[in-house]
Amino acid sequence: MSKKTLIPIGPYHPLQEEPELFKLYCDGEIVKDIKWETGYNHRGIEKLSESKTYEQVFFLVERICGICSTSHPFAFANAVEELADIEITNRAKYIRSIIGELERIHSHLLWVGLAGHFLGYNTVFMWAWKYREPVLDLFEMISGNRNSYAMFKIGGVRRDIEESKIPVIQKVLGDVKKKTDLLVGAVMDDPVIHARTKGVGILTKQDIIDYGAVGPTARASGVAIDVRMDDPYAAYPLVNWKVISAEAGDVFAKAQVRLLEMYESISIINQCLEGLKKEKEGEITVKVKEIPEGIGNGRAEAPRGEVFHFVQSDGSNSPARHKIRAPSYVNIATFKKSCIGQTISDATLSLAAVDPCYCCTERMAVAYDVHSGEKIMNASELISKSAERTNELKKKFSI
Amino acid sequence: MNKELIIENFKKNFKSDILEIAEKNQRRIIIRIRSESILSIAAWLYKEAGFRFIIATALHTKKGFEIHYHFSLDSLGLILNIHVILDKVNPEIESLSNMFNASNWIEREMHELFGINFLNHPNQEKLISEGNWAEGVYPYRKEFKSDEVKR
Repeated sequence: MSKKTLIPIGPYHPLQEEPELFKLYCDGEIVKDIKWETGYNHRGIEKLSESKTYEQVFFLVERICGICSTSHPFAFANAVEELADIEITNRAKYIRSIIGELERIHSHLLWVGLAGHFLGYNTVFMWAWKYREPVLDLFEMISGNRNSYAMFKIGGVRRDIEESKIPVIQKVLGDVKKKTDLLVGAVMDDPVIHARTKGVGILTKQDIIDYGAVGPTARASGVAIDVRMDDPYAAYPLVNWKVISAEAGDVFAKAQVRLLEMYESISIINQCLEGLKKEKEGEITVKVKEIPEGIGNGRAEAPRGEVFHFVQSDGSNSPARHKIRAPSYVNIATFKKSCIGQTISDATLSLAAVDPCYCCTERMAVAYDVHSGEKIMNASELISKSAERTNELKKKFSI
Repeated sequence: MNKELIIENFKKNFKSDILEIAEKNQRRIIIRIRSESILSIAAWLYKEAGFRFIIATALHTKKGFEIHYHFSLDSLGLILNIHVILDKVNPEIESLSNMFNASNWIEREMHELFGINFLNHPNQEKLISEGNWAEGVYPYRKEFKSDEVKR
């Protein structure tokens, strides 16, 4: 066997959804194999959930992920409401969808920024994160928090969106739309980005089906699955929108899907705001009696894909079993397909393309020589390697 | 294809393997089967009927160990739970990971947390606590007490 270099990416950061250590086994610059270790920050949330009441579980699952903090409460609410046969008011449905879509916008903007950073386009990184700020400010206005909004409860939502706040939201969305046009233009028309991302980290339709991948990762490979459309919940059946998908399955397609999805999100929110005006203010919850015995399967489309919650109740006030599956759990496993055979600089990008809260993982990366144990590469060098490649291409295109 | 047709085909193909069918609502079906037939049923769902494997949930209850295999048919928004009940003392079932990769991690996780043995799994190593957890101690079993952990 030839001598291979091991490049570990990871292992962990407490903010990350699923902290992991990726070991890239490289021969020269080419990635030959990838292995991972998980569980560095296993919090036993499924077990913890069994010791809490249904109301308390919302605050627990909200803290599974810091970026998409509303997707887990969303899926949990869907599961419990299915279990107990609860129908929520239209106003609550609209508010839930507004929160879910605002979150998608800020999460996708975060990803665009990070992807720009990995490519060596730090301006894109600064821009995207700057445009994300007003969306977080909207959350503060609506819920009091920029993140972990605590908006959900069984039978509805905790806070109303008053009539007076609607124009403010519409104004910010108008601005975000203009900025998205700008970002889409910057990404879609740039020959260097095309050269850098097209044909990189390809996942075929069969790979997606085999690994059960979800969300933008699946939709970029021509598998147009979206829980919001397929298994409609909240206000999604009440508004007009379409599922964005692409066929190529490479990093470019994933970027394309995410960017275009932001337009759909903006349109959904605007329609929900119109719907909100027709509903009576204050009607945001229904009375919930006790949770009966039984099981409930709830799912919601998070920015990264389908979140699945399974709840089993024994008739008491806390779940007897609560299973949670975050989208990265299935998406991360596809690295085995997308990274092998690529150069290190492209592999970094392929990993980032799945959006596995990569911002947290990479900062711990250090490369060792397998034989001497000598440190040869750290995180910033890994990113600069990727940026170097972009610069080379820039020169080639004489930009 | 609609829901009724799927249930009908399922009944036709696996008549002797079905123990119970429950329809919770328009888009949720729960079918309890004999655990020996999981491989043929999963193969039919995945290859013939176009289902996607979402995840599996293991439970430790009075009946023993139970697994709910969650399958999704995205064209109908349907979730099908395939429910099996395993032995109390020696829980084991055929692995699905030779058919699709989607179940690889979750089977390793269930093996690690509940001690359920997946027969013919390609690589039944620990997923979460590689190298720093005692052998034969399963933290998600009901009898588990955290002060018993020997590291």
